[in-house]
Amino acid sequence: MKTLRVVSAMMRASVALGDAPLRGVRRMKTLRVVSAMMRASVALALQYRLEFVVEGALAVLWMAVALIPLMVVFGNRGSVAGWTYPEMLVVLGWFVALKGVLEGTLSPSLMAVVEHVRKGTLDFVLLKPADAQLLVSLSKIEPWRVVDLAGALAIFLYAFRHIGHAPTMAQLLLAAALLVAAVLVLYSIAILVVSIAFVAVRVDNLLYLFQSVFDVARWPSSVFRGLLAVVFTYVLPLALMTTYPALALLGKLNARTAIAALLGSILFASVARLIWLSSIRRYTSASS
Amino acid sequence: MSVRAALRAYPQFLRTGFASAVAYRAEFLIWMFSTNMPLVMLAIWAAAARSGPVGGYSQTGFAAYYLCALLVRLMTGAWIVWELTMEIRQGVFSMRLLRPIHPLWQWSAENLAAIPMRGVVALPVVVILLWLARSELSHNWFDWLLVCPALLGAWLLYFLVQAIIGTLALRFESASSLFEAWLGFMNILSGYLVPIDLFPRAVRVLAAALPFRFQLSYPVELMLGRWTHFEALELLAAQWAYVLVFFVVTRVAWRSGMRHYAAYGG
Repeated sequence: MKTLRVVSAMMRASVALGDAPLRGVRRMKTLRVVSAMMRASVALALQYRLEFVVEGALAVLWMAVALIPLMVVFGNRGSVAGWTYPEMLVVLGWFVALKGVLEGTLSPSLMAVVEHVRKGTLDFVLLKPADAQLLVSLSKIEPWRVVDLAGALAIFLYAFRHIGHAPTMAQLLLAAALLVAAVLVLYSIAILVVSIAFVAVRVDNLLYLFQSVFDVARWPSSVFRGLLAVVFTYVLPLALMTTYPALALLGKLNARTAIAALLGSILFASVARLIWLSSIRRYTSASS
Repeated sequence: MSVRAALRAYPQFLRTGFASAVAYRAEFLIWMFSTNMPLVMLAIWAAAARSGPVGGYSQTGFAAYYLCALLVRLMTGAWIVWELTMEIRQGVFSMRLLRPIHPLWQWSAENLAAIPMRGVVALPVVVILLWLARSELSHNWFDWLLVCPALLGAWLLYFLVQAIIGTLALRFESASSLFEAWLGFMNILSGYLVPIDLFPRAVRVLAAALPFRFQLSYPVELMLGRWTHFEALELLAAQWAYVLVFFVVTRVAWRSGMRHYAAYGG
């Protein structure tokens, strides 16, 4: 039964890829490719049930590891760098959610690209009649990282119960928009890192380095001072990923910063896209 | 017999290990740079201590603590658990067994041989530490004398735990997940993320009894001059007692794992 489901999802993925030129409706096709690919990789991952449970439990453990230092810090202090405990928890919630996205979909998929480049099998991906960036970005998903999203939600609920009032609809919408921007930027950085794979082959550990730098995003940007504050806001926009969405939920983000963040993320994603396209053009396969 | 053979081959293993660390220096550097957790934690504590010391730590105190923690972590790296689990899964492990020397000897040499390179990376940390927080470091030569065996003990604990858990991969597949769980507990209970003395009493008592602290917080506390001579020696003895226990467990796990082992890929 399970095997059947996997096979059917994978077949739908390849059909979605294949029959699209006949229809000629590009956006529809893209959506269908995305949904079929996600279903295929989820079905593949769900085959390993024990792994699912073990990895889910580990995700919970690491969430606790992220929470404990914060609890100790605020056991000693009422507020740090202008943030109270529940406010800081909101930032941590965004961090946990984005880390789940990063380590659950982006990293594993893009790690696979590095493997493709090394083995020369990227050619097969490039031959397919769909956008290669799209194909490689969702090729591998670790569905147990949903635990992270659930954990983030639990952290938000707890934090807002302590704050005493729920965010308004407008604040929720703004936060959602910023979440999209954050994922876009995160994704663009990952794409940029992978674009390096076409020049220098061993970048799987570069991706790992980025994952560990991302750990900084668990704190709001006002924790940092001087040069570091500038770096984490503009050069490597970690503030955009967790601090701004948290400020939006708390109703403390001013309109100008929000608009700048949204525009900035679109700009960043376009640049990443251009770099990806140019490195694909320059790509000479390992096998030919 | 085999110990003598191993000892004769050991210098060559060390040379090979060092050469491979030098050959893959770019990768090596990236791996080392991704050890940044102490600095991330230092950021929040330094922000918390802006308005005054927290639990006896000033901003400089935190800087000294976390830089020492980073130093200990950099100098006591080991990675055989990933190599063991991978080689067992791919069947390459059988080739290792064919060699006339116990594989753990070779791995230990590989991991030890990387220490000079690690030292190069750790050097800037030392410079920053001396520049920022010299006053917080121990002024007692005795402490610094003990730092060497304490670091060796910390490395051995880390290596042996990895050997034990890696050997479990001979029996069941998710051994590397088990090691990840160990890492999670180590992060909290070894003083890597939060100095142990800032925890509530119950956690402190727990951490004092478990082996995790000997992997990190004990050498760090030596560098910071927290212990009297007698206490420091007592803790060193406790650390090496744990090393001995872990060594015996490694041997038992290895032997029983070998009896179970049926190579993948024949």
